[in-house]
Amino acid sequence: MVLDSGATAWILAATALVFIMTPGVGFFYGGMVRRKNFISMVALSFIAFALVSVQWVICGYSLSFGPDIGGFIGNLSYVLLNNVGMDAGDLIYPPILFVMWQLVFATVSLAILTSACAERVKLSSFIVLGLLWTTLVYDPLAHWAWGGGWAMTLGSLDFAGGTVVHISSGFGALALALVIGKRVGFGKYAMEPHNIPMTLLGATMLWFGWFGFNSGSALTADGLAANAFLVTNTAAAIGALAWLGASWIHGKPSSLGMASGAIAGLVAITPAAGFVDTKASLVIGAVAGVLCYVCMLFRIRKNLDESLDAWAIHGMGGLWGALATGIFATAAVNKYTGLLYGNVDQFIHNAMGAFAAVAYAFVVTYIIAVVVDKTMGLRVSEEEEYVGLDISQHGERISN
Amino acid sequence: MKMINAIIRPERLDFVKKALEDQGFYALTITEVRGRGEQKGISLQFRGGKMLVDMLPKIKIEMVVEDKDVDRVLETLCAAARTDKIGDGKIFVLPVERSVRVRTGEEIT
Repeated sequence: MVLDSGATAWILAATALVFIMTPGVGFFYGGMVRRKNFISMVALSFIAFALVSVQWVICGYSLSFGPDIGGFIGNLSYVLLNNVGMDAGDLIYPPILFVMWQLVFATVSLAILTSACAERVKLSSFIVLGLLWTTLVYDPLAHWAWGGGWAMTLGSLDFAGGTVVHISSGFGALALALVIGKRVGFGKYAMEPHNIPMTLLGATMLWFGWFGFNSGSALTADGLAANAFLVTNTAAAIGALAWLGASWIHGKPSSLGMASGAIAGLVAITPAAGFVDTKASLVIGAVAGVLCYVCMLFRIRKNLDESLDAWAIHGMGGLWGALATGIFATAAVNKYTGLLYGNVDQFIHNAMGAFAAVAYAFVVTYIIAVVVDKTMGLRVSEEEEYVGLDISQHGERISN
Repeated sequence: MKMINAIIRPERLDFVKKALEDQGFYALTITEVRGRGEQKGISLQFRGGKMLVDMLPKIKIEMVVEDKDVDRVLETLCAAARTDKIGDGKIFVLPVERSVRVRTGEEIT
């Protein structure tokens, strides 16, 4: 095939859109922590971006998209991007662009994981943990779903990363939170979000970037990309309203809840965006808004300090999205049909892909976290935690 | 009546509030302040150069209590705010001449 300049131009632009999601996660999380940890929270996302960017071109891309080894992981033929060129070859865009396109997905996943260690992680340990996580958790999962691994061969559908990005980081966050433990004073003292407009701004960056995330996953500029764009926005909008409504019943309709609901809708539509129509996106987004809200309440009731709800929103939203793809996929959008149209196999394949990702992400993240904790210590000292990570980890503070 | 004026570490505020509450002292006013004492300061670094920050963030607690309660409040404050390191703060006790409740205009004795 020959290079399609329209498709290439769109993927270039979409890649830049997705980039903004990684710092977006930082600002989304940063507004929710106490002021003494604001710099740290935003910095963790920046560090995640830089770290994974380097790991990706060295070995991450090869492990994810290199020639298959046993359906589990790619081999090392593309290390340092050997054998990855600028000529389109069989594709309609340059392979080297695909490297950059996939890079921004890997970075945002690690940024989402920082929810679990907010306000207490030791920076040096996070760097080691992050490198291990992206290599041992993200790369295999990307290979399973997109790089020719077993889930792809089986026919488990994941359009833009419901399992690869969201289940991996969400259930990884749950495991990491269990290992690192609660913040000092969690459950005893109020830990008030210090800047809610900052979180809303972060959510805006995420919503904006998500258009590239889902629509760009068509890997061409056509009707499928347009459909993904529309269903993405629809699911986000109704997710925001659903969470707002659900929290209204319990008290006041919080703006933080509305932003979280939008993210929940975006997460859930991610794996489905290239397979479902607008009607289905209304259901997927609405269910995600309520489901993730209920999961957050459950997490708080269990006194579990998965601090910024990556599990409730990305983990459970991603799981719902993966299952929903198997339910609502329609041949009117793409060539696949789901449970609703009588295709039970599609649902089963998607459920297998999703639950395997849940189990793998949780178990492997747990092991990595324990190893780092035993060798380097995941947490800062209690005193450093009181003073805040801005001063103790970065030697900086927000002047007042 | 006495006014108690305590300067403490911001990170001890939650503990102090809880301890006072447990002793039955609920009413207090806090202010975020900056100041210096024997702790002298901490050094921060922004990009290149180191900088010494000698005005450190502290919390000032003001509360007015009856004379008989002063010792108990001081003990509670010290115990809850203490970390045994320089920079734990100071407490001052001042006489209060008069106090008036705004809502009713009545003199409080």
